[in-house]
Formats: sequence, C-alpha cells, structure tokens
Amino acid sequence: MSGKKWDVSKMDEWTAEEFPRGATIPEAGNSADYVTGGWRSERPVRDESKCTQCLLCWIFCPDTSVRVEGEEVVGFDYDHCKGCGICAHECTFGAIEMVPEGCDLPEVK
Amino acid sequence: MPQLTEIRWHARAGQGAVTAAKVVAETALSADQYMQAMPEYGPERMGAPIKAFTRICDEPIEIHNNIENPDVVIVLDETLLDVVDVTEGLKPEGVLIINSCAPAADMKKALGLPDTARVATVDASGIAIDTIKRDIPNTPIVGALIKVTGVIDLEVFKSLLAKNLRKKFGQEMIDANFAAVTRAYEEVTVA
Amino acid sequence: MAVEQKTVATTGNVLVAEAFRQCEPDVVAAYPITPQTTIVEEFAKFVAQGKVHTDYVTVESEHSALSACIGASAAGARVMTATSSQGLALMWEELHIASGMRLPIVMANANRALSAPINIHCDHSDIMGARDAGWIMYFAETAQEAYDNTLMALRVAEHPDVLLPALSALDGFITTHSIDRAEMFSDEDVAAFVGEYEPERALLDVANPVSHGTFAGLGGTFLEFKKAERNAMDSSMGVIKDVGAEFAELSGRPFDVIEGWGVEDADYVIVALGSTAGNARHVARELRSQGIKAGVLKIRIFRPFPFTEIAEALASAKAVAVLDRADSFGAEGGPLFLEIRSALFDAQKRPALVNYVYGLGGADVRLELMHQVFGDLADLADGVHEPGRLVYLGAR
Repeated sequence: MSGKKWDVSKMDEWTAEEFPRGATIPEAGNSADYVTGGWRSERPVRDESKCTQCLLCWIFCPDTSVRVEGEEVVGFDYDHCKGCGICAHECTFGAIEMVPEGCDLPEVK
Repeated sequence: MPQLTEIRWHARAGQGAVTAAKVVAETALSADQYMQAMPEYGPERMGAPIKAFTRICDEPIEIHNNIENPDVVIVLDETLLDVVDVTEGLKPEGVLIINSCAPAADMKKALGLPDTARVATVDASGIAIDTIKRDIPNTPIVGALIKVTGVIDLEVFKSLLAKNLRKKFGQEMIDANFAAVTRAYEEVTVA
Repeated sequence: MAVEQKTVATTGNVLVAEAFRQCEPDVVAAYPITPQTTIVEEFAKFVAQGKVHTDYVTVESEHSALSACIGASAAGARVMTATSSQGLALMWEELHIASGMRLPIVMANANRALSAPINIHCDHSDIMGARDAGWIMYFAETAQEAYDNTLMALRVAEHPDVLLPALSALDGFITTHSIDRAEMFSDEDVAAFVGEYEPERALLDVANPVSHGTFAGLGGTFLEFKKAERNAMDSSMGVIKDVGAEFAELSGRPFDVIEGWGVEDADYVIVALGSTAGNARHVARELRSQGIKAGVLKIRIFRPFPFTEIAEALASAKAVAVLDRADSFGAEGGPLFLEIRSALFDAQKRPALVNYVYGLGGADVRLELMHQVFGDLADLADGVHEPGRLVYLGAR
C-alpha cells in the first residue's frame, strides 16, 4: 500500500490539468474518508445485556458499519452508518433499537 | 498513360476465381508491378454467380472504383452466359476468354462482339478433370490468360501457384495443376 | 534513411492484422462484422499459431468488446481492437468512456454504412458518428496507409501527453478486401518504433493502488475533466506531427495531416477523406494535362481537425467541392463540409464552397462523377451555374 495520503484539501481550487487524468483516484480504500453518517435520521443503539455476540448484525450491515474487534461487536461506525435499520430488524434477540437522531445518547462516537 | 490492364472475372462461387485472381496479383508483384484484386461481395453460396476484378499496372494505381471497361473478361463457367451479360463494357479491342469446348470463332459470333475484339476458348473444365480430377477450371484458365495476353509470366505464375498449393496439397496435386496450366496455354484458340 | 521493408501483395485487412501482430498487444477483445472480419480472423490465426502473445478475448458483442478493452487498458495492458458500422454504433457509450478514462486503445474501423436500410458496403456514416467522442481519427486512402496509420496511432495514443484512444479508419471493401501492393516493416523495426507501453495508472500495479471509472457529480468537477480532455486532444496534433515525421524517416513515405496535390495554385479543389482522394487525384491529373488547374486535398487526420492547415491550403482556390461519404441529416451539409466551412470562416479570402454527398452504401465512385464535380466548380467560379449548396452526387 502506498504511504502518503492523497491531499484533496484544495480540490475546490484545482484547475482542469490539476485533476488526476481520466478521473482516476490514486489511493486505495479512501471511500472511508467520505462521511455518510449525516444521511441518517435514526441511529442503531445496542443493549449489551441482550447481545449474544452472534454477529448477525455485522453480517447483514450493508455499509460495514458494525464495529467488530477480536470477534466481538463493540459498537457502530456512526461516520458511515446510514440508519437503514437492517441490523435491528435482523437481531433475533432484540438487542438493537433504532433511536431518532437528536436524542440524548450515552455514547456518541 | 502507364500500362494498365483491367480484368473482370465471371465465375460461380467455388470455382476458384478469387484464388486465381490472388495468384495472378502475386505474379504481377514479382514482376515489380502494382495490382489490385477484389471480389464483388454479395450473398455467398456455392454456385452463385460472382465477379472478381484485377488491375495490373506498371505504376502505382490510385483509382479505387469498379472496373467498367475491362481489357480482359474471363468467364469460368459457360452457363453464366444465360445469366449475366459478360460482354458488358468490354473495350472494343478487348479480349474475352471463356471456359468452353466451342470453337473461338463460333463463340465470338454468338456473343455478338465486334471484329476488333478477340475471343479465346479453352476447354478448361475438360483439362481440369483430366489433370486435377476435379472440375475446378481456375488454373487452366490462367494458362489461357497468359498465352492470350502475356499480362503475367508463365513460369513465375507456376512457381507462385506451387507455393500457394503447398499449404494444403502434396506434390502430385502441384504437378497436376502445372499440367493443367500448360495444356490450357497450348490448347487455347483465339478468334 | 528509410529501413528495408518487404513488398507484399495483400489486402488492407491483412495488413492491419499484421500491424496488430507487430505491435504485440497484450489484449485484443473483438467481435466479427463485415467488412472488418478478416482483420480479427487473421489476428486470431496469429494468436493460435503462437506468432503473437496476446490474450484474445472472444466476446459476444461489440459492446462487450470495447468493455473488455476498457477493463484491460485500465489494468495496464496494451489494447487493440477492430470493428465496423453497427458494431461501432453498438459501442457508442463506451467510446466516450474510453476517452473520458483516458485509455490509449487503438481501434481499426472498416468504414461501412449504418442501417437502415441494411447495407454492408463502404461509406463514412459509421465513423462520423464517433467524431465527438474524443478519439483521435486517422483515415487511410490505401492499404499502405491503413498499415502505417495503425502503427502511428498506437504511438500517439500511448504518448504520455496524449493518452486518448485512437481510430484507424479504412474504407470497407475498397481498402479492406482489395489486394494491393504495400511495404511492410520487419517485426524488430515495428517493435522499436512503437516501443513498450508504460502505463502510469495501472490497476494491476498493486503497489500503487488506483480506482478507475469513478464518479464526478453535480456541481463538481466534470467540467474540468472534459476541459483536460479537450486540452489533450488539442495537444495531440503536435504529437501526431512529430510521430509522423519520425515515421516518414523510418519508412521513406511522407506524412502530413493533410495531403495537397496541386492545391498551391489550383483554381478548383476537391476535398475528400479516404480512397476517394485517389479517384479525384487521377482525374485532377487528367485535367491538369489539359491546362485546367485542378487540385485535391486529402484529409488524413480528421480528429483533431487540422483547421489551420486546411484554411491555408484552400486560401487561393476559386471554388472548392467538399465530398462527404456521410450526411448529417438536418445540418446544412455533411460532417466534413461543416468542418471545412468553419475552418474557412475567418479566412480573408474564401473560396466558393459546395458540398457533395456521395458514395453512400458503397455507391461506386465513378471517375465521371469526379469530372462532373470539377466541371461544376468551374461553372460556379465563372458564375455560370450554381449546383446548389448540397448535391447528392450520382443519385437518381
């Protein structure tokens, strides 16, 4: 993997010749830089006491926004979660609730 | 005007007219001449009437259009006379070479050609069946073409014919074709 | 000093296939269509015989062909292909994708009429449909030029200052299927001329990851990307001329983006693309021997359009006939006419201009039609008779 981060801070000022030729993007996996969390109107919240760590929510999430560390769900990636609610729908233990944005929440990552 | 010879071939698909036109073109190349050889592309099926065209010239040929007034017309199949007007556009002093048993003078009269024109007949099919054992009259007809017009060289043609045939056939077939060419060269009659 | 070349008697299509072989493309994805077929058949034979090491992808349509070519080129491969008519039309969306992605794909086109009605013979309606797509366009008059143009097109397309796809167009049947005499380079000389392709943004270069085929959305940067494309096409003219000069040295055959015959002092000039230029030139020679100042301007590079060179070449003519082997229905005239007229707009002195649409669907370009055109030009210049802005030449 190439080391240096592609600097797009001045993209709004780039002239035609300063853009990468053919609109190629010279950096791997930088879709992570694009924050889509602001599209949400509801966010998933997990009740740890009900969670059995079956990982079904992680399997079903279409946005890879369920954070897993060492084979355990640890939370949600709220920068990229779009609030589709599939995780809550698929959880057979009722451990995930969709909560409207703007509520007072214990954890905001 | 540079020496330009325009030839129109009439045949049925499968008689080898396109191959003959190709080898004639290659022969012209070895004489350091310029050439064009093109088939008239239409619905392709065995036995369908086809036309092919050849130009041979001492200088580069810059025209790219159909041959309307050939110097030479070659007819590989006599039955085409009922189907196609093979004499169309033939130059007044042109020559028509036809695969037929009929005497050249009779054929000339039958075609209604002027005295200035020449007609040559050769039993190319008969010769082919004798030598190659198949009714593919293209090589003998070129032998007749060479004798009547001298437009290309006989020996060079034979050696290029051998080269082309060697890709698919053995020495026996090459010898048979040589015999066909030579016989037609000797037997063609002109009126 | 020109290198030694082999004189051959073969068709335009076989020569294009040989040019492909000598360029050693990494990938060729193609679909057969008359009259391109023998290009891909011959090339497939070379692959089967091990004469070239190309990944030949047999796809199910031309749309897939150019798709596969785009993928391969983005991966970093040297890519070449060929098509004609309906096939080129089927690739239409991808023509723009290939140029927008700045991929140096070289495509030979056997110029053939677009349906309807169905017609498999020569005209330029197919290739003219590609003129806005950002491809460099070479037109061949002869089989020799078809071979030469294909080699130059690859060098130009892959040039780091260009990186645009290129079309090498040759007239269907007239050039593709007619045996003609031509000179071929040795494999080594071609390899030295085209060199190796050094892609700068290859997908397969995993040490430098890159994404191709991206999105440039509303209010964003699409306008700038197209401006960069415009710049590339404009600067390609210089590269085309440089590569052409190098090729002329190598081959002993002169190259110019336009080729004038007798235009320096001609009163009457025919402007044409492709094989028709030869017919016009043949008649112009005859007329000159009768003291008539006829000239012919052949356009060899259509994109980028050499408008400066053309305006210069036609400056002193009294009357000019632009021959279009395609029409642009609804426009004042055919595509070449519109470009020539535009090129002359700012000229101090402009010749009278007539547009002839001719030879559609393989209609034979008889020499008397060329005589008719020159005759019309003389009448026009003398004020005797105006043939009309647009004439369908030879039509009933």
